[in-house]
Amino acid sequence: MEPFSFHRLGSQQARLAALEACDDARYISGGMTLLPSMKLGLVAPSDLLDVTGLPGMRDITVEGRSVRVGAAVTHAAIADNAALNAVCPALCDLASQIGDRHVRNRGTIGGAVANNDPGADYPAALIVLDARIETDIRTIAVEDFLVGMFETALHQHELVTAITFDAPDIARYEKFPHPASGYAMAGVFLARSNSHYRAGITGASGEGAFRCGDLERLLTTGAPLADIAELRFDDLDIFDDRHGSRAYRENLIRVLARRAAVHLKA
Amino acid sequence: MSSIELRINGKDVRRSVEDHQLLVSFLREDLGLTGTHVGCDTSQCGACVVSVDGATVKSCTMLAVQAHGCSVATIEGVSQTTSLHAVQEAFQRHHALQCGYCTAGLVITAIDLIEREGSQLTRDQVAHALKGNLCRCTGYQNIINAILDAAKRLDVAAQAAE
Repeated sequence: MEPFSFHRLGSQQARLAALEACDDARYISGGMTLLPSMKLGLVAPSDLLDVTGLPGMRDITVEGRSVRVGAAVTHAAIADNAALNAVCPALCDLASQIGDRHVRNRGTIGGAVANNDPGADYPAALIVLDARIETDIRTIAVEDFLVGMFETALHQHELVTAITFDAPDIARYEKFPHPASGYAMAGVFLARSNSHYRAGITGASGEGAFRCGDLERLLTTGAPLADIAELRFDDLDIFDDRHGSRAYRENLIRVLARRAAVHLKA
Repeated sequence: MSSIELRINGKDVRRSVEDHQLLVSFLREDLGLTGTHVGCDTSQCGACVVSVDGATVKSCTMLAVQAHGCSVATIEGVSQTTSLHAVQEAFQRHHALQCGYCTAGLVITAIDLIEREGSQLTRDQVAHALKGNLCRCTGYQNIINAILDAAKRLDVAAQAAE
């Protein structure tokens, strides 16, 4: 790795002062994507600003159905959080399927959403949960926040501070992980609130996670689950690569959607 | 350069490190704790797993400065006596290693797993929990046998101590 200076931030004032003083600063949380990228020489910041010690960044707050997850909360902490498991177990289950235990102990939800990897798990859930991404300067609806592959609405040095959402009545995440990397070849997050269904798909498209309106209508109108086999994705940029053909991934989405639907309809 | 203070296997350590130094290189090169291995250096294989503040991490993908103020446990510290830790002993008994390169990471992972899940561990749970530790010799079966056996024995020992 190229040398850099590391700064542990204790306050927002310290963050602003560090940004003033540094040449090419990057935020670091768990570093599960950033450090490997730096090892490969893909990025070489002059300074790393550790945001995990900033106030509120590691807290999970659940009040009724309303949830706030600090951006530096690790995947393992989300998976194990009792209050969150009580209102939205599907998100905890999703977090427990990211990488492996050692990675989950370091990687954080804020880092994951700011990176917006098309194979990441959270985006499918967050678009379904209609989550809000809180930053140091504003609140952004997740649909506006996730722009495309590795692309978000964040300005330079804008910092994700929390993710907030209202828990649905019931939800389910079904994922088919790539056997080597563990990233989703396809992942389907389904939720139901007041008999209305929402569906989010990740891992299968170069555009990143997307809502699947046809699936939502099919489930909300109570059509037979066998109809899921007829879902089409013709107008979408579905991956067609060495890991799996387009037809293979489209089939994966249908299979995973049906599994999730069976769970929700049970 | 940064000055870091941390606790390693129960001993307080203060050292000056380069900010870009990895935790695994700090442990191996600065402290001479070479039981923690570097396998892939890409956070895949788990040969470098150590415990930081009670959570297992891949020390090839963590900076030494990030461990400032933390308590780190490595394979050198799992047994504070001259005899082996129950998990190490079970690995020996079950022939759960061949070349031994991945073993330190697996033992740290297994101890953490047993502490979290206790004697109720199932074969499936153990297999699933080893997702972040690659072994290219054994085929894992004896590793899983060793961990289940150690979990049982530690549980019996804990009950006897009560």
